Amino acid sequence: MSERATPQPEQTAVTAADAIRVESISKSFGVVQALEDVSLHVRPGEVLGLIGDNGAGKSTLVKILTGFHKPDAGKIFVFGEEVQLKSVTHARSLGIDTVFQDLALVPGMTVYHNMFLNREVTRGIGPFRFLSNRVMKKRSLEYLDDIGVRVPSIDAEVARMSGGQRQAIAIARSTHSDAKILLLDEPLAAMGAREGALIIELIEELRNRSDVSMIVIAHNYVHVLEMCDRVNLLRNGRIMLDKRTDETSVEELTEIVAREYRQAPQATTDG
Amino acid sequence: MARAATDVPQTPQRAGFGRRVATALIRRREASILLVLVGLVVYFSLRTDAFFGTDNARVIAEFSAPIAIIAAGQVMLLICGEIDLSVGMVYAFSSWIFYFGVTDWGLPIWLAVIVGLLSGSAVGLVNGIITVGVGVPSFITTLGMAYVLNGLTLNISGAFPVETPGGETFFRIFGGSPYTTVYWALGVIVVMTILLTRTRWGLHTVATGGNLLGASESGVNIRKVKIGNFVLCSTLGALAGILESVRIDTIQALQGGFPVMFYAVAAAVIGGTSLFGGSGTIIGAALGVGVLAVLNLGFTLQGISAYTFDLVLGIAIIASMALNVTLERIRQSGRLGSSA
Repeated sequence: MSERATPQPEQTAVTAADAIRVESISKSFGVVQALEDVSLHVRPGEVLGLIGDNGAGKSTLVKILTGFHKPDAGKIFVFGEEVQLKSVTHARSLGIDTVFQDLALVPGMTVYHNMFLNREVTRGIGPFRFLSNRVMKKRSLEYLDDIGVRVPSIDAEVARMSGGQRQAIAIARSTHSDAKILLLDEPLAAMGAREGALIIELIEELRNRSDVSMIVIAHNYVHVLEMCDRVNLLRNGRIMLDKRTDETSVEELTEIVAREYRQAPQATTDG
Repeated sequence: MARAATDVPQTPQRAGFGRRVATALIRRREASILLVLVGLVVYFSLRTDAFFGTDNARVIAEFSAPIAIIAAGQVMLLICGEIDLSVGMVYAFSSWIFYFGVTDWGLPIWLAVIVGLLSGSAVGLVNGIITVGVGVPSFITTLGMAYVLNGLTLNISGAFPVETPGGETFFRIFGGSPYTTVYWALGVIVVMTILLTRTRWGLHTVATGGNLLGASESGVNIRKVKIGNFVLCSTLGALAGILESVRIDTIQALQGGFPVMFYAVAAAVIGGTSLFGGSGTIIGAALGVGVLAVLNLGFTLQGISAYTFDLVLGIAIIASMALNVTLERIRQSGRLGSSA
């Protein structure tokens, strides 16, 4: 599954094989300590579920891994190599792509233009380059079909798509563009049960292909156990739990979270 | 491989003719504005004898040309969510820079044109940097810039009109011969349409106006897009100003100004460009300019005063925007077929 995981000396074998590895990341915004000494890792092809309250720092972590925010301290390794993520484009060039909560789709643009936003296929000479709409249309259609996503029309504006279709387009756009590490920020938020089930299916489909690693942020433990190989709990800017999903259950997660809350009352003031 | 089929099978298209026409008109805003334009031409040619005289065609075309050039730039800015109220003042300012280039700095005529255009670009760059960099709304930035430029132009010109410099060849090419400004305008419309619809720049302009955060999350350099379109709009304003100075063989401090800018914005809105950003077409704006020009001439020929023209223009602007907003709502609700 991992042609990129080059053989490493015994001691660092595990770390070097990680698709992404975060070591002691901290980030604060003014007086608010959003993340404190957070470490996590995702192996190639693995799906990591990230759970935690609103304000636990999940979105901040995603935005750091996407190159949107810069961490105050800590290190990030991508396939064993330390990186300083400078921008979204830079992160993307390293194979890290994100499906943001707002999906970053442009409602007034067609499905295929959205699929290729900022990665447009062009042809021409020098500064005179023109969009190859035909190529983009064809490839979008092929790819959506390939991962089993159906949309009413590839020419239609995204404004006319349902929430589930938009989410699927956004996910397909990321995996299509050679993303090796995919960050999904609450892919099931604001979605009905039926649409949510389809997105879970899509994520499982991608997971079965096992060439893309994912970090999925979610609220629903049932979904997390269904979609993910491993789960991390983030609370007050720290990782509080790291377990394989086949070694835990909804009951246990609920119990652990409840215990966390009893032990550490709301609003710690570490920051 | 498992299939995660996501949603909604293809809906078969069994729309009737009337519905298909309605769909086409709603989805292609240019089609409806073209209908209005043709309707107006038919109406005025029936009501007035002189409407199809050759001079009138030329009057309409030459009245429209500079406005269409400015509208093309304004559409790009409106699509990416900004506006330029100063472009009419650039029109006058850059004409004077061109004039001084020839008379005071002794530049060859074509170099003076380029310097004039660059003075427009510079104004656009300042507008863009203040708006995007500092975060002043473009409405305010460019309103201020309009007054600054007007004051500057009145000062450097001494408020007296001058004769436009340049030899015969220059005049023939750059607006002096009949219809030359129109050819320039058509060229600008074609180039800008290609830029908007066939290049990454155009797509990123639409994306920036359609979903600012989303575009930047996708890695689109929204600052570059916005500043670039400010520069583009002002440069086109300068081009329109210099062309028109050559056509009327006079440069004066008060040429262009707010009227020409507002005509351009009105034409863009009538042509279907949304002031909320994210949608609009150059062709639509050009047709919008045509509508304004035909109305203007038709009313003149019918002996209706300029006051009435303003009245109709005002109603046209509000009605167009109301129609835009309504059509957008219909489109978003997805009640119409997916293909036009």
